[in-house]
Amino acid sequence: MAELLQYLLSGVTVGAVYALVALGFTLIYNASDVVNFAQGEFVMLGGMISFFAWQAGIPLPLAAILAIIATASVGVLLNKLAIEPARGAPVASLIIITIGASIFLRGGAQLVFDKQLHRFPSFSGDDPIRILGATILPQSLWVIAGAVAIFLALWLFFAHTLTGKAVLATANNRIAASLVGINPNHMMTLSFAVSAAIGALAGVLVTPITLTSYDLGVAIALKGFAAAMLGGMGIPAGALAGGLLLGLIEAFTAGYVSSVYKDAVAFVVILAVLFAMPQGLFGRKAMDRV
Amino acid sequence: MRLSRKHLTLIVLALLITLAPTLFPSNFYYRIGALIFVNGLAVTGLVVLIGFAGQISLGHAGFAGIGAYACALAPGYLGLHPGLAMLLGAVLSGGVAWLIGRPILRLKGYYLAVATLGFGILVSMVLANEAKITGGPDGREVAELGLRSALATIGIGLSNAQFWYAATGLSMLAGAWIALNLQDSPTGRALRALHDSEVAARTVGVDVARLKLSAFVISAVYASLSGSLLALMNRFITPDVAGFLHSVELVTMTVFGGVGSVPGAILGAATLTLLPQALTVLQQYENLILGLIMMLVMIFMRDGLLPSLMRRLKGRG
Repeated sequence: MAELLQYLLSGVTVGAVYALVALGFTLIYNASDVVNFAQGEFVMLGGMISFFAWQAGIPLPLAAILAIIATASVGVLLNKLAIEPARGAPVASLIIITIGASIFLRGGAQLVFDKQLHRFPSFSGDDPIRILGATILPQSLWVIAGAVAIFLALWLFFAHTLTGKAVLATANNRIAASLVGINPNHMMTLSFAVSAAIGALAGVLVTPITLTSYDLGVAIALKGFAAAMLGGMGIPAGALAGGLLLGLIEAFTAGYVSSVYKDAVAFVVILAVLFAMPQGLFGRKAMDRV
Repeated sequence: MRLSRKHLTLIVLALLITLAPTLFPSNFYYRIGALIFVNGLAVTGLVVLIGFAGQISLGHAGFAGIGAYACALAPGYLGLHPGLAMLLGAVLSGGVAWLIGRPILRLKGYYLAVATLGFGILVSMVLANEAKITGGPDGREVAELGLRSALATIGIGLSNAQFWYAATGLSMLAGAWIALNLQDSPTGRALRALHDSEVAARTVGVDVARLKLSAFVISAVYASLSGSLLALMNRFITPDVAGFLHSVELVTMTVFGGVGSVPGAILGAATLTLLPQALTVLQQYENLILGLIMMLVMIFMRDGLLPSLMRRLKGRG
């Protein structure tokens, strides 16, 4: 029983991170029909910039905010310099562009920072909290709380603000949105900024647990991508469900089956879901958006 | 008699492969050349899949891995000659592609990308984790092909690097010849029709599912042979050959040089194989420059390097 609870807790922690990355994919995909393979680099930048700012003597909360703003700017630049000029390019080209951006950012981070693993202290200590025989790190609670807060904030943003509705309108129909006076390019830029900021926040929250280094982006992007697919590409609630589900599947596989194949099982499940319901668990729209 | 475009392409390729060594100052350059041809072979297969049929795959390194490990494992476990092991790998890859192809190819665009990516990752994970059989992440030695010593007995003495330059060059040329023939055939035309519009292709009686599957199987066999050649040439193999990054490299080379064109894709393979070699001087900046080039080419030369260059040349002429 304690074992089960332990896997559940660690699954939810990892799943919350995957959900945040998947949410980043979702926001950009909705605004521009682009799957941004550089999403993992936002997570990396969040962790790396915070660490180096903190090392330079800036208090951790301030360093984190700095990292989130800097990463959001990188997201805006990525959209302005690489995605907007390539509007209308075929899917394969867009995949190459964002993978190029991912390699570029990794190379930049390796140059500006270094190739070491880094960690900064947990926000509220490292003493594990005991729950019914299982334990959870205080930092895990930060990760989970952070994910919940972000999803709530986004829900409020989309449901209750004019800008949020404008983003939804753009995602739904770009031409119709511009006819009613929405500038789709602004909405795209906003989406890139927000999803980069969310990625960076995920990086800040998770670095005390998993450490950060210049090359962690690929792995995390694959998981986030898979989570977004699992939940249904382009659906925020799907990103949340897909991320948590993927985290739980991994934790239970690692616990009950084999820790080396936990990543494999996750992908098998995703392949199975894609075959059975290509639109993902929550997808309703037609899958052919290419 | 006017030369067809196909024959012109093959003649230019053959001339380049034959004449390039006159400029080589050392054996090292033969090795780089061979690497270009190995990648060129895999990339030619991807032209059939991505360029002709319009289906993307981010998992073709998985097939390269099957081909490579067939050469590494079959001689020891089954007592097969490495050359036969290469064929076994190709048959195995084709078989796997045929099995998973039909469900996978129902998906489109990003969905197809993630499904193939998942397949590639599964293959590389098995190769890395089944250490007892595959040697795990540390890799494994590969048996000698033995063709070079056979050639030496009939009086053709080649250095190791020269032999592999010739062997991989000929393989790539053969691969290009087959792909170009396919392009001109009715199947090739049907493939391109389905690339432009699946619905339109279906209405004129093209069996879309079967064609996509053939393109997938063909490209898998190309990737597998490329992986086998790499393994036999290096006499050593690690699971990296099946890794996600290798898949991405292969697709990047294809799209970079010109996705619809065999010589274009080979040019892409050549450029992106040479670039890191040239950049070793600037090793710190390697990723930065590579990423930048990938983005710039895709933004400003959408059809890829060769078609864009050709158009510019024609525009002036």
